[in-house]
Amino acid sequence: MPAHISRDDVAHVAKLARLSVDDAELDTFTAQLGAILEHAEDVEALDLADVPPTSHPFDLVNVLRPDEPGATLTSDAALAGAPQAEDGRFRVPTILGEAP
Amino acid sequence: MSASGETAVAIAAVVRSGRRSAVDVIDEHLARIEAHEGSVHAFNLVTAAEARAQAAEVDRRIAAGDDVGPLAGVPVAVKDNLCTNGVATTCSSKILEGWIPPYDATVVQRLAAAGAITVGKTNLDEFAMGSSTENSAFGPTRNPIDLSRVPGGSSGGSAAAVAADFAPISLGSDTGGSIRQPAAFCGVVGVKPTYGLVSRYGLIAFASSLDQVGPFADTVEDAALLLEVIAGHDPADATSIPQPSPSLVEHLDDGVNGLRVGLVTELIGDGIHPDVAARVREAAEALAAAGATVEEVSVPAVAYGLSAYYLIAPAEASSNLARFDGVRYGLRVDAPTTNEMMVATRTAGFGPEVKRRIMLGTYALSAGYYDAFYGQAQKVRTLIARDFAAAYDRFDVLLSPTTPTTAFGLGAIADPLTMYLNDICTIPTNLAGDCAVSVPFGTDRDDLPVGVQILAPSLGEVTMFRAARVVEAAAPARSSAATDGRFHA
Repeated sequence: MPAHISRDDVAHVAKLARLSVDDAELDTFTAQLGAILEHAEDVEALDLADVPPTSHPFDLVNVLRPDEPGATLTSDAALAGAPQAEDGRFRVPTILGEAP
Repeated sequence: MSASGETAVAIAAVVRSGRRSAVDVIDEHLARIEAHEGSVHAFNLVTAAEARAQAAEVDRRIAAGDDVGPLAGVPVAVKDNLCTNGVATTCSSKILEGWIPPYDATVVQRLAAAGAITVGKTNLDEFAMGSSTENSAFGPTRNPIDLSRVPGGSSGGSAAAVAADFAPISLGSDTGGSIRQPAAFCGVVGVKPTYGLVSRYGLIAFASSLDQVGPFADTVEDAALLLEVIAGHDPADATSIPQPSPSLVEHLDDGVNGLRVGLVTELIGDGIHPDVAARVREAAEALAAAGATVEEVSVPAVAYGLSAYYLIAPAEASSNLARFDGVRYGLRVDAPTTNEMMVATRTAGFGPEVKRRIMLGTYALSAGYYDAFYGQAQKVRTLIARDFAAAYDRFDVLLSPTTPTTAFGLGAIADPLTMYLNDICTIPTNLAGDCAVSVPFGTDRDDLPVGVQILAPSLGEVTMFRAARVVEAAAPARSSAATDGRFHA
């Protein structure tokens, strides 16, 4: 039985998902995700070429409201839960990998 | 029943008539919470002061002659993934610990508008990912029927709150069984409404195409009343069905004469504990005795539900949980750059099951695997919807167990895939967008409650509740030894 997901794959998806995993976690997650994907083989093996995909229980349509101003959260309320805010904006550390 | 042996319907009646004050009702329930919450841990937060103030306001309005609503003075517990204005909402995650939402979920607004009084925010598996409430960052909830066992999950706190008589009714959310499975484990009624019947505005998203808010209660009537209160169109949710809330209580006693009931072959055989299967067959006999016709029906694609679900739900979760990045709310772990800050925050803030599902979903959506996993799972979703539609051409409702087993012990299931198997009977309904209810029906050989699941097509709630009422009326009473054993496991 070939491995369904390699240790390198797990390290890659962790990076994509902005998660840091140590060596022991990599081993654990690789085994666990492998077992789940192995179970999913029953679905992988089905011939569904002629079956359309379903992404949602019913067909979604755009829902519009009248273009009129209404009550919204104030800037202060929206920023109240932020770890850091400044001048009405969310504050973050340096971006683009520049060291401060 | 509530602490006083009363249902929500009975409490609202005495409070509305002025024969009993809402403050008295709330004090009685808060006293019960104080006495037993230490051993159950149903709540992340008990909002005693706010509840007393709201109860006093209800009493004041009743004295002034106002119509306070159908849930006047009724205590309700709310799952801690529903936003409550000014009251901490955590999803049982360290990444949201201490966060105070600036608005109420629509369902929370509707509870208040109906006169209900929120007594607290209930524990859950972190971000509603789990089947035991052991994945909470704030410690597990215990099953009030037997404190050595799990209450199920992810809405384990809401199920336990009703089973422990902390409140006669509560709200949960159900993405793959997270209301029905804990309802079955705790011996209460739990409803997963039709997708789009109840607003998701203010429900912190796990898998947006599957999530639905729904009621827990001790009786089918209370569950129907609570669903009437929270259902109906909400302009703030683009997936909300543009129809008013259905009349459910009015039709509860219409009976099942002539109703066609299908017993789902794939969900009654292998993998189902014989005691559970026996109770489901007895429930089928009770429906037949009440005038329904009962036949077995095959719904073949449900066999693929688990695999499809564990590709689709993690895929949606990996996208939804990208918003927890230390910028706008909740935890931030400081680091020199924004990218490092996000990695450090998410690594420290999410528990192992959430990380597992985020990675699984990221993988299922990633280049080279999308078609094999996510795309294929979406096609299976079509098959499941088709097979259900074919079954509903011949049957009004379907019948199955809610869970393969009764409540298991804390710590008994360590392997993620084994835990996922708890949801094999409940997941197909979420994938199809249909409705289903778990009704307690007798016990297994260890005196643990068994849940019978009644499934109905999209917007089939009226018929579903009629059948649920007949099953409830026929259910054998739990032995007094079992009920006396509460809190003494």
